Amino acid sequence: MYNQNKMLNRTIQPHITQPTEFNLHLKPYQHFTLDNGTNVYAVEAGEQDVLMLELVFNAGNWYEDKNIIAGSANFLLKNGTSSKTAYEINEHFDFYGAYLNRSCYNETATITLHCLNKNLHQLTPVITELLSDAIFPENELAIYKQNQKQRLEVNLKKCDFVANRLIDEYLFGFHHPYGRYTSTLDYDAVDRESIVEFYKQYYQKGNCKIFIGGKLPVNYQAVLNEAFGKLPFNNTDLFQKEIHSAPAITKKYNLINDANGVQAAVRIARNFPNKHHPDFQKTLVLNNVFGGFFGSRLMSNIREDKGYTYGIHSYLQNHIHESAWMISTECGRDVAAATIDEVYKEMKILQDTLIDAEELDLVRNYMIGTLLGDLDGPFQILSRWKSYILNDLSIDYFNNAIKTIKTVSAEELQSLAKKYLNPDEFYELVVV
Amino acid sequence: MIQYNKFILDNGLRVLIHKDDSTPMAVVNVLYDVGAKDELPNKTGFAHLFEHLMFGGSINIEDYDEPLQRAGGENNAYTTNDLTNYYCQLPAENLETAMWLESDRMLSLAFNKKSLETQRKVVCEEFKEHYINKPYGDVWAKMRALTYTVHPYGWMTIGKELSHVEDATLEDVKAFFKKHYCPANAVLVIAGKVETTTALELANKWFGSIPSGEKYNRNLPLEPVQTAPKFLEVKADVPLDALVKAWHIDSRLEKGYYVADLITEVLGGGGSSRLFQKLVKEKQLFSNLDCYHFGSVEKGLIAIEGKLVKGKSMQDAEDAIEEELQKIMTELVSENELQKVKNKTESVIAFEDMALMSRANSLAFYELLGDATMMDTELSKYQAITTQDILEYSKIIFNKNNSNTLRYYSKN
Repeated sequence: MYNQNKMLNRTIQPHITQPTEFNLHLKPYQHFTLDNGTNVYAVEAGEQDVLMLELVFNAGNWYEDKNIIAGSANFLLKNGTSSKTAYEINEHFDFYGAYLNRSCYNETATITLHCLNKNLHQLTPVITELLSDAIFPENELAIYKQNQKQRLEVNLKKCDFVANRLIDEYLFGFHHPYGRYTSTLDYDAVDRESIVEFYKQYYQKGNCKIFIGGKLPVNYQAVLNEAFGKLPFNNTDLFQKEIHSAPAITKKYNLINDANGVQAAVRIARNFPNKHHPDFQKTLVLNNVFGGFFGSRLMSNIREDKGYTYGIHSYLQNHIHESAWMISTECGRDVAAATIDEVYKEMKILQDTLIDAEELDLVRNYMIGTLLGDLDGPFQILSRWKSYILNDLSIDYFNNAIKTIKTVSAEELQSLAKKYLNPDEFYELVVV
Repeated sequence: MIQYNKFILDNGLRVLIHKDDSTPMAVVNVLYDVGAKDELPNKTGFAHLFEHLMFGGSINIEDYDEPLQRAGGENNAYTTNDLTNYYCQLPAENLETAMWLESDRMLSLAFNKKSLETQRKVVCEEFKEHYINKPYGDVWAKMRALTYTVHPYGWMTIGKELSHVEDATLEDVKAFFKKHYCPANAVLVIAGKVETTTALELANKWFGSIPSGEKYNRNLPLEPVQTAPKFLEVKADVPLDALVKAWHIDSRLEKGYYVADLITEVLGGGGSSRLFQKLVKEKQLFSNLDCYHFGSVEKGLIAIEGKLVKGKSMQDAEDAIEEELQKIMTELVSENELQKVKNKTESVIAFEDMALMSRANSLAFYELLGDATMMDTELSKYQAITTQDILEYSKIIFNKNNSNTLRYYSKN
C-alpha cells in the first residue's frame, strides 16, 4: 500500500526534464510531381483514417486589380459548373461526410478538403471539375453579394472588426493587399466578367501547389495525378507582382463606432520585416515574454493584475512579404487609456531591464513544449511545412528557430527591445 | 475502439488512463461535475467565475500557470451549463508536474482575496466582450429565459447579469469549493505517452490522500412540458432583423437526443441542407441560417437561427421555416438523405478523435454521463436511426406548443 503521504511535499514542483533538452524533429515530407509538373508535398502520419488535401494557388488579393475579386472568385468556385449546380456540388461532398472549404488570403487562395481516406477518390474528380469548369452563375453571384453585404453590415457594428481593418490600413496603406478592406459599394461593383477572368488566369492556368497529409490511401499519388496531373496549371511562377507598403504618417487614432459601446478595441502596432530577416526568430522569443502567451507580461499585468480585459495579446503578423508587430485587446471603455499606458510601460521595462534568467528559461521551456505539441499530428506537421514552403524557407528555419529559443540571450533581447519597442514608432488606435 | 483503463481510488476519484504511444505529449484532464445549472437563481455565473479562481493559486502552490509553463505545458478550462473541465497538455516526461498542480487545487485553493477582485473584473470584461458589446449578443440570454420557466438552463453560463458576478464574495467561493470540488465529484483522465501503472501510481500519490468530500446529488427542478407556443419581440440597435426559434428535446442519453442531432444535420448541416437550400438560396429570405442543438446533459433545445434579408418580412420568414418543418413532420426523409447525415456524423467523430486532448476530454465527459465506454457505442446509436424515427420525433419536437420564437427587430 501507498504510504507516501507523510513524505509528500506539495510545495515543491516534481523534477522536470527541461524541455530545452529535447531534440525536436520535424518529420520530413515526401515530394513528387504530377504529370503536369505540379509539386505535391505529402506527410503520412496519424492513426485515424482521415486526411486533409489542400490546393494552394497564387490567387490571393495580391493579384486582383479590383477590390474583392480574388475573394469572390475563391468563394464562388464551388457554386456551379456546366454540369452541376451549387446544390449538387455541396450534396456530393456532404454525402461523403467531407468538408470542402476555400479561403482567400493575401498572396494565396486555397481549396481544402477534409475527408475519410476511403473516400478520397470519390471527391477529387469534383475538385477537378471546379478547377476546370466553374461557371460562376449570375444568380449565385447576386446571392453572394447580398449576403456578404449583410454580413459586413453586422461586422461593422463590432469595434474589434473595425479596429482590425483600420490598423492594417495605417500599417500598409489602403492600396496594399494587407491594408485594403471592403465596403458594401465594393461588393456592388463586383461583376461576373472580372471573376471569370481572374479564375482563368489564377486557377485554371494558375500556379498550384498541393499539400496532403494524414493516413493516406496506398494509391493516393495515382489518385492525385489522375485528378490534377492533366490540368493546364502554370507552375513556372514567372509572374511576380511588386506592391510596396506605404505606412500612414499620423500615428494616433481614436474612433467612436458605437456611442453606447462598453468596451474599446485597442490596437498598437508597428511595421516589421518578414521571416527572412535575421531579427525575426529572436523577436518571436521577445514577443512571447512581452505578450505572446498566458504568462506574458502584458497578460500578467493588464489582465491578471489589473483586470482591465479578458485578454491582451501581442504577435507578429503572419504575412509573406512583410510583417507587423501587433498588440491587441478589447478592454473596458473607461480603462482604455490606462491599458495603453501599461503597454508602453511594459515596452520600457523590456528596454531598460534585462529579462532575468528564471523568466527567460520559463519562456524557452514553454515555447519548446508547445512546439512539441504543435508537431503532434499529420495536419500540424503538414501545415508547418506548408508555411515554410510558401515563405520560401527550408528545414534550416525550423532548426534555427529551436536553436534561437534555446540560446538567445537576455542581452540580445534587450537590444531588440531597444530597436523595435519604441512607442513613437507604433500606431495607436482606439475604437469604441 | 478507444483503449483505456479505469480505476477508482479509495477516496472515490474516478481515474481513466488512455495510453497512446504515437505522441510525445501527455494530457491531464480533470472534469468536475458542476456547471451553471447548479447555481442559485440569484447567484448566477458563479461556476464560471469559480473556474477563473482555480488559476489564482492553491493551498501549497502560489501560482498555477508558471510551473506548468516551466515544464513546457499549456492549459485551459471551460465551464458549461453542465460541467467544468480543466485540461493541460505537456511533454510526457513532465506529466508529474500536471498531477502535482491539479491535485493541489483539488485539495484546496488559496482563496486569495486579490485574485477574486481581479477575476470579477476579468469576467465582467468577458461578459461585455461576448454578450453586451456585440450585435445580437443577448439573443441567448433572452431565449433561455423564454424557453425555461423553472429549470436552471434558463440562464447562460456567464450569468444572468453583471451584478451577480460583481457581488460574489469570498464566502461564496469557499462554500462552492467545499460543495463541488472534491474527488467524489470529479473525473481524472490521464492520456498520451504514459505507462498505465506509472500513471496510476502518480494518481494515487498525488490525489489518493485528498479527502473524498461529499457526493453532490443534484435535485434540479423539472421543466414542465410546454403547452403553448411562446413569443418574444425585441427591438435593438442592429442592422438586420433576426429570427430565432427553439424547441425542447430529450436529454443527452435518451434516443431523442441522437435523432435530434441528425435532424439538425438534415435541416442545417452544410450547403446541401434543407433550410440553407430553400430559404437562403431559393427563396432568399435569410442571409444566413443555422440549425443546431446544445449537446446538453439534461433536456435541451434544438434551435433555428437566422438573419433576414433586408426587405423580407418576419411573417414570410416564419412561414417558410414552418413549411420546412411541416415537410419533415409529414414526409419521410429519403434513405439517401439519412445516409448522408450518418456519414457526416461518422466523419465528425473520426476527426474529433484525432487530437489527444479531445479524446481525453471525451473520455471524461462520457464517464460523467455514466460510463466512458459509451464513447465507442455513439456511432452505432446514430447508425440505428431510421427515417421513421426522424419523422416521429420531428412531430414531437416541432409541435407548435413546444415552440419558442424570438423576433429580433432592427431599430433602424
